[in-house]
Amino acid sequence: MNSRSLSYLLAAGALVGLTALAFAVGRYPISIHEILSVLLGQHVSPNVETVVLQVRGPRVLAALVVGAALAAAGTAYQGMFRNPLVSPDILGVSTGAALGAVLGIFLSLNVLFIQLFAFAGGLAAVGLVYFIGSRLRGHDPLLALVLTGVVIGTLLGSVIALLKYLADPYNQLPAITYWLLGSLAAISPGDLGVAAPLALLGLAPMLLLRWRMNLLALPDDEARALGVDTRKLRTLIVAAATLMTAAAVAVSGIIGWVGLLIPHAARLLVGPDFGRLLPLAMLLGAAFLLAVDTLCRTLATIEVPPGVLTALIGTPFFLWLFALARRSW
Amino acid sequence: MLAVESLAFGFPGRTVGRDVSFSLEAGEVMCVLGPNGGGKTTLFRTVLGLLPKHHGVIRLQDQEIDNLSRSEIARRIGYVPQGHVGYFAFTVREFVLMGRSAHLGLFSVPGRKDKKISERSLESLDIAHLADKLVTEISGGERQLALVARALAQEPKLLVLDEPTASLDFGNQVRVLQRISALAASGISILFSSHDPDHAFLCARRALLLAEGRVLEIGAPRAVIRADTLERMYGVSVQVMPLPGGAHTCLPSMNR
Repeated sequence: MNSRSLSYLLAAGALVGLTALAFAVGRYPISIHEILSVLLGQHVSPNVETVVLQVRGPRVLAALVVGAALAAAGTAYQGMFRNPLVSPDILGVSTGAALGAVLGIFLSLNVLFIQLFAFAGGLAAVGLVYFIGSRLRGHDPLLALVLTGVVIGTLLGSVIALLKYLADPYNQLPAITYWLLGSLAAISPGDLGVAAPLALLGLAPMLLLRWRMNLLALPDDEARALGVDTRKLRTLIVAAATLMTAAAVAVSGIIGWVGLLIPHAARLLVGPDFGRLLPLAMLLGAAFLLAVDTLCRTLATIEVPPGVLTALIGTPFFLWLFALARRSW
Repeated sequence: MLAVESLAFGFPGRTVGRDVSFSLEAGEVMCVLGPNGGGKTTLFRTVLGLLPKHHGVIRLQDQEIDNLSRSEIARRIGYVPQGHVGYFAFTVREFVLMGRSAHLGLFSVPGRKDKKISERSLESLDIAHLADKLVTEISGGERQLALVARALAQEPKLLVLDEPTASLDFGNQVRVLQRISALAASGISILFSSHDPDHAFLCARRALLLAEGRVLEIGAPRAVIRADTLERMYGVSVQVMPLPGGAHTCLPSMNR
């Protein structure tokens, strides 16, 4: 067996093991035997059934979906921007979603509207960045996009700061802070039922374009000379990645590092070919976020925000990967 | 094959060159000579349709380039840019296979035929042994050949090479020129630029002297590469020496 197949196999194995572990551990420990019984529809105590299906089930699924979506979007962006330090947030999707959610909380809207605002905010921010960036002619189109993304992101960030300043410090500010650090604790099956299809919708073009995506990693002139309509392809990939990220962020809040770290790690394992990279990145992203979220709810008596833990684990892991890498990227 | 008529080219809002006319037959090699900043790369990018032309006509196999899509152009012209280093770590095999994209649908993945064509273009350049190496880890000369192999995988009728010998050692320069001659013998038209007038003597049927964006001279290398034209382009005095056997070479003078 070659090292590539081994990578997929290990990633898939880790994912299955972590999923079983995530169902088992927690304030109400459940044995593997009991989990299997519930999944097979056999009779178990109602407590066990509630914990597996109502409490941990949606949360585990959410971690898998959000982790895979963030990793897929990050993989697409790192290839497209020809830079391994790019995360799905580079065009402002997270900041836009954050502004939407913060506005929703500030206006004391209910959860459904907060999620809707976050989703729409993410799409709108990237739409605005793309609209302005593609009109700055006479520059490298990618550079124009990135710089517009940074500038608009800063602008939206200051609006978020203003809303936090104006928010009610007892009712609203904690909710805002909580959202900005991300959480998978409160995700309902209904949330997932909306977010997962949207993420899949974003995944479809990435799968279809898996070979052609590689040409976007070439300098623009070269890709065009090879017959690629780079602008059309880029628009499609930005739309797909934004849809995936916005759908994930709307239900989970902002969870950093997954979309930056995981694609980079996957590329070190199987190389830059997008068709091989995407499935591995999604497996690793799902496994990583599930591991983080399981730690979040078991480490201490209070929940640790996953956004904090991904950074605490991600930073040293990233540096270690970088020191270990025998090839640049 | 290629016909360029009274072309003006440049960047949006800044014209770099004008009144450029030339044509290229099938299997013909033309070398473009000119000083740094003389507009060689900009001319090539315009001929490839990567920059919009400001004026004039570019015809490719009797079709105006404006009426051709990117993939239609890519099936006719292969482009070998000056080698970059900022690639991801694709293998040479994957890299060359990218040359097939103009022959594939948007959602297609290269098939056996495409892989065979890529293998053949690697073999034709004697670099089949590099197939599994990473483009980031091979030498500059090898990367230049990998770029040529990728362009050949496009199965083009015309190959445009932007300073294919730049930053290569003496042996690799000669090897690239030998391959240019061999490709032309197989019927591919070749347009390449160089900083060394001797390269035009070695393998071009015609030379185009481009200075300040205008055609200074165009014709057989022996007729247009002269002491006066070289001095006018480069601002140094040069002797063009005939060699035994009918070849020519350029020898710069060190006296100011």
